[in-house]
Amino acid sequence: MGPNLTDFGPLWLSIKLALIVTLILLALGTPLAWWLSQTRSRLKPVIEAMTALPLVLPPTVLGFYFLILFNPQSFLGKSWIKITGETLSFSFSGLVIASVIYSLPFMVQPLQTAFESIKRETLDAASILRAGPIDRFMSVVAPLSLRGFVTACVLSFAHTLGEFGIVLMVGGNIPGQTKLVSIAIYEHVETLQYAQAHKLSLTLICFAFAALLCVYIFNRRHPVKIG
Amino acid sequence: MAVSLKYIWVICAASLIFGCQSKPESTVTVAVATNFYTAALELEKQFETQSAVDISIASGSTGQLYAQIKNGAPHDIFLAADQTRPKKLIEDGFAQDRFTYALGQLVLWGATQETPNLAMLTKSDYRHLAIANPKLAPYGLAAQDVISDLNLSDKIVMGENIGQTFSLIETGNAEFGFISLSQIITKDNQISGGHWIIPDELYTPITQDAVLLKRGFDNPAAKAFYEFLKSETARDIIKEAGYKLPDGT
Repeated sequence: MGPNLTDFGPLWLSIKLALIVTLILLALGTPLAWWLSQTRSRLKPVIEAMTALPLVLPPTVLGFYFLILFNPQSFLGKSWIKITGETLSFSFSGLVIASVIYSLPFMVQPLQTAFESIKRETLDAASILRAGPIDRFMSVVAPLSLRGFVTACVLSFAHTLGEFGIVLMVGGNIPGQTKLVSIAIYEHVETLQYAQAHKLSLTLICFAFAALLCVYIFNRRHPVKIG
Repeated sequence: MAVSLKYIWVICAASLIFGCQSKPESTVTVAVATNFYTAALELEKQFETQSAVDISIASGSTGQLYAQIKNGAPHDIFLAADQTRPKKLIEDGFAQDRFTYALGQLVLWGATQETPNLAMLTKSDYRHLAIANPKLAPYGLAAQDVISDLNLSDKIVMGENIGQTFSLIETGNAEFGFISLSQIITKDNQISGGHWIIPDELYTPITQDAVLLKRGFDNPAAKAFYEFLKSETARDIIKEAGYKLPDGT
């Protein structure tokens, strides 16, 4: 008996989802975190609170509203079908959207903290040297916030990998589409297939530990620089 | 005046604290397959009017509850949605005294169709057919019996139990689904579209068995409720909730 690859299908699917979600969050979260770190707008606490909401809400609240938001009669559900031909509920794309919202605080908060720790003078110095806003961000802010970026990416990735409640509610348990590793483990446990449950769970534990270990080793080698 | 107000506060606080402790004579916890949840509540209401027993009900899919019971969940009675799991529990010494309390009736619900039928499922003008996970829920298994020849694998989405399956259709995410008649009755027939009660011969009967669990062996209240489930009153409640009974009624 060779290794049964179909057993690991849900694991690869979870990893694929986590990777895609992390990349999207990197693109969306960076400008949002930068704006939050620089703005003096009175809206700042409102946006901050909204960003942090997924941290405190039980996944069932999000799952319930995604179920309503994704249905083919809703505006979002209908538009999505028009564009892509598939429904948002029970699809991989639906899980991507749900996960982006679910993991948003894990990207934004570490980045915001990193950006806020960069001193005003450093940015002013860059401006005096005539660096434009984008140049300033790429050559000053980004390198100084490297640690924040690594933490944010790993946390977003890990949090998405660990997603369960929302997927159970809007996924529909479709192999290759929405049957993620957490769902597969749940099904194994509920049907008393503990051997398979162990196999997937232990793989996941090792994988998650290795990922976190890498971050902490990286963080040790790159201590926070005082800008 | 101020003093007497203070006393009132003390009495209120005391009654809150001690009030919770003045339990009814005894409690019984019943693990119930999701499809039977509403009926179980009715049975509870009826039983509590005629005895000082406090019934508490925990619902889940039959598979989920079975796994929990095997791992020490504190239930006295198990109302499953199949026979397999109660039988296994007896074999493994977790339960005794099995009997059939209801025969589940499978229904095809078409959220946008007044008179749904099987032929509609083979057409390509809809996207999703929701069923309960056949590995976990007997209604899912029965649904699989009905559609096994229709080759619908690209349409099927699964809820973890029959309750979640209902919500997938109710929220408009799936156009069709197989649920239980009891759920439609729970909703007082206030659902969109229409439903079709699947003829018995199209699926292996959903024989729902009850067992008395280990924890209930020495609990007279649990035994009393267990016996009540076999009574004429209970049978009427079960029939009204959308089930058939084993003697053909």
